Amino acid sequence: MTGFKKLSELCPGESARVAGLFTGGTMRRRFLDIGLVEGTRVECVGRSPCGDPTAYRIRGAVIAIRSEDASTVCIL
Amino acid sequence: MGLTRKSVGRYAADLWQKGGEDAPTVALAGNPNVGKSTVFNALTGMHQHTGNWPGKTVTSAIGYTRSPRGRSYALVDIPGTYSLLAHSAEEEVARNFLCFGGAEVTVVVCDATCLERNLNLVLQTLEITDRVIVCVNLLDEAGRRGIRIDLDGLSASLGVPVVGTTARKKSTLHHLLRTIDRVKDTPSLCHPILPIYSEVIERAVQHISFVLSGKHIENVNIRWLSMRLLEGDEPLIREAEQFLGRSLLSDSDISSAVCEAQEMLSAEGIDGDAYRDGVVGALVGQAGRIAADCVRAGKEAEKRRDERLDRLLTGRFTAYPLMILFLGFVFFLTIFAANVPSSLLAEGLFAIEDCLTTLFLRLGAPAWLHGILVLGMYRTLAWVVSVMLPPMAIFFPLFTLLEDAGYLPRIAYNLDRPFRACRACGKQALTMCMGFGCNAAGVVGCRIMDSGRERTLAILTNSLVPCNGRFPMMITLLSLFFVGVAGTVRATVSVALLLTGLILLSVLATFGMTWLLSHTLLRGSPSSFTLELPPYRRPEIGRVLVRSLFDRTLFVLGRAAAVAAPAGALIWLLSNLRVNDVSLLSYASAFLDPVGRAFGMDGVILIAFLLGFPANEIVIPVMLMAYTATGSLTEAGSVAEIREIFVGAGWTPLTVVTTTLFALFHFPCSTTLLTIRKETGSLRYTLLAFFLPLLLGLFLCFATTSLFRLFS
Repeated sequence: MTGFKKLSELCPGESARVAGLFTGGTMRRRFLDIGLVEGTRVECVGRSPCGDPTAYRIRGAVIAIRSEDASTVCIL
Repeated sequence: MGLTRKSVGRYAADLWQKGGEDAPTVALAGNPNVGKSTVFNALTGMHQHTGNWPGKTVTSAIGYTRSPRGRSYALVDIPGTYSLLAHSAEEEVARNFLCFGGAEVTVVVCDATCLERNLNLVLQTLEITDRVIVCVNLLDEAGRRGIRIDLDGLSASLGVPVVGTTARKKSTLHHLLRTIDRVKDTPSLCHPILPIYSEVIERAVQHISFVLSGKHIENVNIRWLSMRLLEGDEPLIREAEQFLGRSLLSDSDISSAVCEAQEMLSAEGIDGDAYRDGVVGALVGQAGRIAADCVRAGKEAEKRRDERLDRLLTGRFTAYPLMILFLGFVFFLTIFAANVPSSLLAEGLFAIEDCLTTLFLRLGAPAWLHGILVLGMYRTLAWVVSVMLPPMAIFFPLFTLLEDAGYLPRIAYNLDRPFRACRACGKQALTMCMGFGCNAAGVVGCRIMDSGRERTLAILTNSLVPCNGRFPMMITLLSLFFVGVAGTVRATVSVALLLTGLILLSVLATFGMTWLLSHTLLRGSPSSFTLELPPYRRPEIGRVLVRSLFDRTLFVLGRAAAVAAPAGALIWLLSNLRVNDVSLLSYASAFLDPVGRAFGMDGVILIAFLLGFPANEIVIPVMLMAYTATGSLTEAGSVAEIREIFVGAGWTPLTVVTTTLFALFHFPCSTTLLTIRKETGSLRYTLLAFFLPLLLGLFLCFATTSLFRLFS
C-alpha cells in the first residue's frame, strides 16, 4: 500500500487508473459493482461544498464517494 | 420468506387477475435512475398496483399491458439494482424474482447516456435467463448529448434483441411490446453470450456444472447455479433449494464437486475475495469492450454543461444558497398557491353538505343520525380533503420534477457531511424533504437508506418536520399576530419569515435528535456509502403532473375516508353527548386544563391536538368548535374572526407561541404512526416515534412558559 497514491488524494480535474482495492466486505463489493476494478480509469470531477464526499467519473457514470472510503483505493 | 415460483405467481395473480386471465409475466429489471418506472408507467397506465414484496419492505409494482397484437402481459417492476451479486434487500428481491419468479420474458432497461455501467446488470441477467430483451431507454437524452448507440451491433454482441425507447414516444414502446411478442413466440431468437472468466474459474465452474447436469435440474441455469455454489452464497443456495424442491448440498456428489472446485481455486491462490474480484472484473471488462464497440461518445459540450451545472449546484459557495432557494420556492409555492383551490374545494364540498342535510330532512331522519353522518363524518372528511389535497397536489409534483431532473441526489451529496457529523447519512436530507410534503410518505421514502440503523434514524426523526397538513395550521396561528395589518405585504412577509424560522428550527431539531439517538439508542458507525449523481435530464412535466396528481389524490381521499371520517363521528359525539347539560368535550377539556396551562396552553388546545391525532388539519376547527360550543366543526372565517374567538377564550401572545411550538413538535399523526409500524416492524420504535417529538414539544412549551412567566 505504501508508495501508492490514494484515490482520496486525487484533485478535481485529475485522473488516474485503479491499482487495487484495500478494503473488504460490503464496501469492496460496492466498489466492484460501480466498476472500480483494477485498471479502470477514474476522473475526479468535483467536491461537495463541505469538502466531502467527492465525485468521480467511473466508466461513464458520476459517483460520490466519501474520502475515508476513497482512501482505501490505490491508484497509479 | 422465500420467493418460490408458486408464491410469486400466486401473489402476482391475486393482484391483477380480474377475469381469471392467465397473462404471461414479463419482468422489468434495470439499474436505478434509468427511467424504468417511466417505461413501466407508460406501458401499464392505470392498470397497475403498487405494494410490497411479500415479507419485505421493498416496493413492488405489478401492472397489466397489452401489445399491439392484443396479447396481454403482466409486467412486474423489479427494484432497481446495480448488480445481482451484492446483498441489499432490493438486490435479493430482484435476483430472486429473476431466478425463480417464472417470468417468461425479462426486459432489462438501460440508460442510453450511461450504457457501459448498465451492461454489468445485463450480462449478469444473461447468465440467469435466456429470454432477455435489452431496452435502451432515454434515447432522446442521448441524442441531445450526441451519443449514438449502434443498437444492431449491440444486439449482435449480446446475442439478444435490443430495442431503443424514449418513454414519451409511443411508437418505441409499441416496438418493445412487439419484440416481447416475438421473444415469447420464438425463444430461440435469443442466444445470449456468456461472460468469459479466467481459465481457472471456468475450469472450476465446469467441474461443478458437469455434476449438476446429471442431476435433472430444471428451470435454473446450471452454469449460473454452479457459480453460486462455488461462491458459497448460502442464502441464495437455500432459495434455490426451496425453488427446486430438493436439497443440493446434502447430495454428496454435488458437495464433493463443490469442495474440489474450491480447492482448485485456492491452489491457484484465488480465495473468496479474489474470486469475486475475478468474476466482477470479467463482467466489467466485457461490458467495457461491448460499450466501446457500440457507443459513439457524445459531444464534449454536453458533458461540460452537466459539469458546469454541478459546479453551480454543488459548488462551495453556491450550493447551499441555491438549495435553500429551490426548496424555499417549492415550499412557498405550495403554501400560497394552495389557498385558492382549498377555498374552492371547501365551498364545493360544503355545498354538497347542504344538499345532504336537505336530503336527511326530506327523509325525516333523526337529528342525531344527521349529526353523526353529516355534521360529524362528512364535514370532517370535507375539511381534511379541502385543506390537505391542494398543497399535496402541488408539493409532490414539484418534488418529483426535481427528482426526475436529477437534482435530489445532489441534495444528499451536499448534506452528507453535516449528517455524517450526527452519525447518519446524506440521504436523510431527502427523506426529510419528503417529510415536508407528508410525514408518512417521508417514512416510506426511508427505504432509500443503505443501513438499517440509518433508516431507523431517518424514520424516527421524520415527524420533526412539519408536513403539508400542519402548514395551514401554523400559518393561521402566526397570522394571529398580524390581524391588524392583515392582507398587507408586511403581514405576508412577516408570516413567511416566521415560518421559515420555524422550518429552520425543525431542521435543527432533526439534526439534534439524530445526533442524540446515534449516541444513545441507535449507536453505530456510518455505513458504506456511494451515491450516483445521474446526468441532468429534462423531466416530462405533463406526465409527472398527471401521475403525481393521481397518486396524491388517491392517497388523500383514502386517508380522509379511512381516518378522518370516523374521527369526525367521534368528535360530533363528544361535543353533543351531554351529561348534566355539559358536553363530554367540555368535561375532557376542563379535566386537561391544568395540564395545558402548565405548558402555556389550555385544556381545549390539548384536546384539539389529541382529537387531531388522525389528521392535523382538524386541530384548529376543533378548537373553534369547542370555544364556540357549536357542536360541530366550525367554518373558519377570516383570521380576524378566529382571533376574536381565541382572545375571547383567554388566549395571550404566549398561548400563540406555545401552541405554534406544540404544533411543530408533537406526536406523529395516526397514518404516519401506522406507516412507521409497518416499515420498522417494531412496536418499540413506533412508541419511540410517538414520544420523542412529543417530549421535545412539551419541553419547549414548558421552557417558553416558564421564561415568560419569570420575566413578566
